[in-house]
Amino acid sequence: MNLEHPDRFVARHIGPSPDDVRAMVQTLGYPSLDAFIDAVVPPDIRLRRPLNLPAARSEPEVLSALRAIASENRVFRSYLGMGYHDTITPAVILRNVLENPGWYTAYTPYQAEIAQGRLEALLNFQTVVADLTGLEIANASLLDEATAAAEAMHLTQAVTAHDGGHVYLVDQACHPQTIAVVRTRAQARGIELVVGDPEEFRFGPGVIGALVQYPATDGRLADYRGLCQAAHRAGALVTAATDLLALTLLQPPGEWGADVAVGNSQRFGVPLGYGGPHAAFFATRDQYKRHIPGRIIGVTRDRAGRLGLRMALQTREQHIRREKATSNICTAQVLLAVVAAMYAVYHGPEGLRRIAERVHRLTATLAEALRGLGYEIAHPAFFDTLAVEVGAERQPRILDAARQKGINLRVLTPTRIGVALDETVGPDDLRDLAQAFALGRALPEPIEVIAARDPRAIPPELARTSPYLTHPVFNTYHSETEMLRYLKRLEDRDLSLTSAMIPLGSCTMKLNATTEMLPITWPEFARLHPFAPREQAAGYARLFRDLEAWLAEITGLARVSLQPNAGSQGEFAGLLAIRAYHRARGEGHRTTCLIPQSAHGTNPASAVMAGLTVVVVKTDAQGNVDVADLRTKAEEHRDTLAALMITYPSTHGVFEDSIREVCRIVHQHGGQVYLDGANLNAQVGLCRPGDIGADVCHLNLHKTFCIPHGGGGPGMGPIAVAAHLAPFLPNHPVVDLEITPSSGTVSAAPWGSPSILPISWAYIALMGPDGLAEASKVAILNANYIARRLAGHYALLYAGRHGLVAHECILDTRPFKASAGVDVEDIAKRLIDYGFHPPTVSFPVAGTLMVEPTESESKRELDRFCDAMIAIRQEIREIETGEADRENNLLKNAPHPLADLVADEWDRPYSRERAAFPHPATREHKVWPPVGRLDAAYGDRHLVCVCPPVDAYEEVVGR
Amino acid sequence: MSKIPEDLLYTEEHEYVRKTDDAAVVQIGITDYAQGELGDVVYVDLPKVGASFGRMDVFGTIEAVKAVSELFCPLAGTVVEVNTALEADPSLVNKDPYGDGWMIKLRVKNPAEFDQLLGSEEYAKHIGE
Repeated sequence: MNLEHPDRFVARHIGPSPDDVRAMVQTLGYPSLDAFIDAVVPPDIRLRRPLNLPAARSEPEVLSALRAIASENRVFRSYLGMGYHDTITPAVILRNVLENPGWYTAYTPYQAEIAQGRLEALLNFQTVVADLTGLEIANASLLDEATAAAEAMHLTQAVTAHDGGHVYLVDQACHPQTIAVVRTRAQARGIELVVGDPEEFRFGPGVIGALVQYPATDGRLADYRGLCQAAHRAGALVTAATDLLALTLLQPPGEWGADVAVGNSQRFGVPLGYGGPHAAFFATRDQYKRHIPGRIIGVTRDRAGRLGLRMALQTREQHIRREKATSNICTAQVLLAVVAAMYAVYHGPEGLRRIAERVHRLTATLAEALRGLGYEIAHPAFFDTLAVEVGAERQPRILDAARQKGINLRVLTPTRIGVALDETVGPDDLRDLAQAFALGRALPEPIEVIAARDPRAIPPELARTSPYLTHPVFNTYHSETEMLRYLKRLEDRDLSLTSAMIPLGSCTMKLNATTEMLPITWPEFARLHPFAPREQAAGYARLFRDLEAWLAEITGLARVSLQPNAGSQGEFAGLLAIRAYHRARGEGHRTTCLIPQSAHGTNPASAVMAGLTVVVVKTDAQGNVDVADLRTKAEEHRDTLAALMITYPSTHGVFEDSIREVCRIVHQHGGQVYLDGANLNAQVGLCRPGDIGADVCHLNLHKTFCIPHGGGGPGMGPIAVAAHLAPFLPNHPVVDLEITPSSGTVSAAPWGSPSILPISWAYIALMGPDGLAEASKVAILNANYIARRLAGHYALLYAGRHGLVAHECILDTRPFKASAGVDVEDIAKRLIDYGFHPPTVSFPVAGTLMVEPTESESKRELDRFCDAMIAIRQEIREIETGEADRENNLLKNAPHPLADLVADEWDRPYSRERAAFPHPATREHKVWPPVGRLDAAYGDRHLVCVCPPVDAYEEVVGR
Repeated sequence: MSKIPEDLLYTEEHEYVRKTDDAAVVQIGITDYAQGELGDVVYVDLPKVGASFGRMDVFGTIEAVKAVSELFCPLAGTVVEVNTALEADPSLVNKDPYGDGWMIKLRVKNPAEFDQLLGSEEYAKHIGE
């Protein structure tokens, strides 16, 4: 008898049962799944063997394996600072947000009507950032503090462009990883970086701006008013990299003259996670709002005049502006921004101030204790970080004594030690610290006695006097019951994978299995500081090693870098590697990047960031790369050709037959092939980028490898490269990754966002080589099943071999504009009434819908979706035949919120019943949109990006 | 059908040119067809008075909710006036493209360039109406 437990994860991850698969394959006219896949994937690129990966393991087995890995990590008390501080995640937020699929499985809030909950949470985040930094407008998170600082430099360059300057000044007391990332970005864009002491900054001709750290990396507090005045006189901008907790006590940058403030919101309740994910913030003055990178949430109104929220100023983004975009940032850190915002909601302004004051007093108490031991505190003004002058002889002994007590301290200089405290620190920790510094001597005074004197070290001229977080949302939910209900109320406004399929094309909304998610909040993964000594992170090292090897095997490439924090950052890192490679061969003049018309907008935006010039390659009528045009352009630019960026299967959802030839043409003319791995979900186990001809490929771990989308982040965008590019992968200034010469640093943390890597590790371990291939096959089957079921109702825009698509399909809804006055938007919003999240709207082709079901959706759910789409087609037909009004109809008025449906007056030419319950399943369950169709133009014309006053809601209700 | 006034001149990029009382100064905006294609205009980025442009240089950008388009200067010249009302209410471009929704007034450098602009019939043909 077989003694193994019968439960198999593969069958839990893949939606359709074996019987369903057989039936679906038959519907498509093929004898078997394998025969079907043979027809879809071009034979010349097929991988004819199983991936060389460990065999599939069960869920309990994988959890114990991860427990074993976690136990190799050692959680010290890390007082290393540098933008990362231990924190207490309120349990109510930990369980109901961070560990809650209602929050973590949602997508970026493109469909605002069913995303009001997290949009409100993000508006809270923006309000926290704007209030605490003293600036007018903030965005809804960036990837990390270092890239946020780099984005501030790009904003500075954009708004001072007319002056022709190219010199950027950077405070030497910025965190080292920030300086490294800013330097890498500056080099790519031809900006000259001058790193030095802000006291000596001179804003002469050519200087566009400056970056200072407030408080500095070594804790020093300085007054930058004079510096700002000098900068502004010269037409330059000042950016402050700062700390939200410190700003509850310190005069905010906006008040002392800074134009931009950036930083990490991690210490607002987000676990350290050995470097991430955390939400960085970005705030600036109103006049620069059109240059802000990333997503901004704004207030608008719906048809009935009700207040509603949606993403504002979308025209800045790369999906519209492409190579002229302000930034390539796309996926951000929504889930972590929500956690940070909720931390502020839960504690409120008074609670935050008390936490900050306690941390400050503990630090000042420690400073007194150390002075009592005869040490000099290098900077008398500080918030929570001390630079202690100990001398070269004592330094190693103190570090060692601390380590004996399970404490990590920072080596600032050969004679100085840095100590950064946080909210988890208590009197016992302070005693341990003082004893480590005492080196066996007795403390002259007990800690309590010093603390009783209430020492402080914030100079009065830098103390905060202005109020913050006065909005009721930060002054209401302070009991756990109130907080729990607030979180639940917001969660219930949103459509996540917990209620229905999210068939967003190019987004891969597959299962984020609970077993994969469990380890991320284990303390051994969650509480490690990114710059803790490497011997304390042996478990992480093993995890990285495994994952790098597995991803290399899956992509057929030689080496992997886990550093990039999102696909966009992977693109940037990959292109930098390509540039560095050309340069190393004496071909630095290779700066032309070919990009097909159909490419995702991040491709051209990243190419420009990497200092490349974009040349667009045409797409033919079938949506494929026009090979003749590619050949012409490659030949024309053969002397400067650096790279081709191509997505495979194509952004049009097709396995292009010509892919090998395309790669050959580019190589022939001296270029490198960058394969955008956004669609890798259709390739795993079937074909490999490296075998096809790619030199670099990024992988969206938040698509193919199950990291949840978190409502718009976190993501991970590691890159895999061929051997000749391996020496040019990213390195890190604090943790040497032993890569030379490298092409710089692209993220604040050496391995990006380590605490979510157990998710992808678990997925690969659970699926094994056969399961992964099976997932790709069923993803392709599900897409083709939908295409077939909707044939005759909607035209399929593109298909590949044998009329089949890859893992997604584009439905052409453009003809309904003429036949019924119906826009693609109307169909999308009507699907909300059916309880579904709409597919991707107008990407990659304007006016169309792109559907990607993934392998995780069952046949039952696919059928329910197809039924809804067919029913909507019938509703359109009623308009076409004149049975329904062209303006006042089910589609134009969609979505229908409850408030509309229960209103006393109902003057619409269709029943409430049809509006609300168009499909029997919707009676049983559906997510109700809390608002009707939102007016995006109104919000962009009247931009409000902080919590509106409560009476703004009342005014509308009173109408 | 969009409005194409007969007394104006046009570019293939959908800007119009209106002659003013001062023979050397013209008023420039985008056509009714262009505003219809763009949809709700949310922002218009215009140059400062005194800025000079060559023929068909980009003089600004116009943003609708879902698209951004560049604005091309139909004639070489120097900006003498900018419609500041668009800052507060960019929807004027949608409501009244040929009237209150105008964008800049330009002192024309080379009157011979008028010959290169399209008449209303030619423009109508260009947009297929």
